[in-house]
Amino acid sequence: MSDAPTNDGQVFDRLPATADDREVAGRATRAEVIEWWVDRFGLPADAFDGYTFWEKGAGKVWIFAADLPTPVDAEGVGMTFLRTRQEHWKPTTNAAQRFGREATRNVIDLAPDEARRFLAGEDLDPAWDGDWGYLIVAHELAGDREPIGVGLYVHDELRSVVPKGRRASVSPPE
Amino acid sequence: MTPLERYESLVDDAEAFRAACDRPLPAVVRVNTIKATADRVRTALDEAGIAHEPTDWHPGVLRLPRDSPGRNWPHAHGWIHGQEEVSNLPALVLDPDPGDRVWDACAAPGSKTTQLAALMGDRGLLVGNDNNLGRLSALRHNAERLGVTNLVVTNQDARNFSLKPLGSQGAGVDAFDRVLVDAPCSCEGTIRKNPDAFDTWSLDHVRSVAGVQKGILRRAVQATRPGGTVVYSTCTFAPEENEAVLDHVLEREDCRLVDVDAPLDGVPGVTEWEGDRFDPSVEKALRIYPHHNDTGGFFCAKLEVGS
Repeated sequence: MSDAPTNDGQVFDRLPATADDREVAGRATRAEVIEWWVDRFGLPADAFDGYTFWEKGAGKVWIFAADLPTPVDAEGVGMTFLRTRQEHWKPTTNAAQRFGREATRNVIDLAPDEARRFLAGEDLDPAWDGDWGYLIVAHELAGDREPIGVGLYVHDELRSVVPKGRRASVSPPE
Repeated sequence: MTPLERYESLVDDAEAFRAACDRPLPAVVRVNTIKATADRVRTALDEAGIAHEPTDWHPGVLRLPRDSPGRNWPHAHGWIHGQEEVSNLPALVLDPDPGDRVWDACAAPGSKTTQLAALMGDRGLLVGNDNNLGRLSALRHNAERLGVTNLVVTNQDARNFSLKPLGSQGAGVDAFDRVLVDAPCSCEGTIRKNPDAFDTWSLDHVRSVAGVQKGILRRAVQATRPGGTVVYSTCTFAPEENEAVLDHVLEREDCRLVDVDAPLDGVPGVTEWEGDRFDPSVEKALRIYPHHNDTGGFFCAKLEVGS
């Protein structure tokens, strides 16, 4: 029996700063999380200055604009942000909307009709010759690019992973 | 007698009051400044062919005269949130600053909580508490859609809210700068939105919920640092749930009422009701009747903690 600390799915524990600080096996570090967004989506390295990162649940990482002593016994701390502890890390729809505007890589821009179908949860077949994996899916709204959420691009298909509670049918303009 | 007839002696124009209560309310949305500006929202609504009108008192509160707020791109992006016009008031009166420590004692489903987050620029610590776990999931859903990242969600009875889960020792929270108590109430002022609001109304319910309100407001004052601010609001007209609650707390806790600087028309709190007299300072509270601004009914008071 090892006495090594394990992930308690019931409390919010702060992510360790770096691998050297890691005590809980398999827990992502703050440095890895930031590096992943910078590498995958081209965000600036300082995009998350001032935020703290927490794990509650297996691999569910939360982003928090403030700080508290770890662990925190609460129902929610900040916003759900990223799924780790699986082969490919996956950003949440809400994180893509909130932080995806700064993305410069692996962003796919959809035409108006495609965007409506993606939001409704439909899988699409758009033109894309970039990486496979999780992409930030965007469209143009009010004169600028705006991220809708996250899509999984595999086998020349873009799967909508908009969660059921965020799916919606938007009417085309009159 | 409908509950509204109880209050006809308090209003300036009973007929206009009755008529306003019978009219339905238009859909109203608040612009979520964490994700968008009022300009971009108006442009996006125009692109979608959705009619919108500004309110005359706040550029971030829009009426949608022919639409429901839900099925459009600005909503899908969390740029707007359906929120009754007058319910925008208490967070504006609390007026939190970025970096403040703020407690929303009765937070679910989160319209005012997310508005507080926006007023804070999504910075500082915002604690959204509710005793109802089911309603907390609506709060979390709304907060995430609107892109709020400074919110801690707790599930406690606000009457004996404990700071311990926030680490009251060491680097944790020992007191709040500002607290919003948007108390559970008999909801008389929401009749224009919920025509069945009176189905469950009874004087016993009014008295029982007033007891809860007193307990929550006392705890809110206790959990606020000296010099800090507490805003008390309800969406009901009953003095038992409004001025009587303030009177009770003024007598027992270290706090005083201050003027409410409101962009909406209202009248002062009442100092006398059915033979009871209240602390004269309850006049500083604001009563908003449906015929004053063509909104729902509301009550709002601002307290300063400490001498």
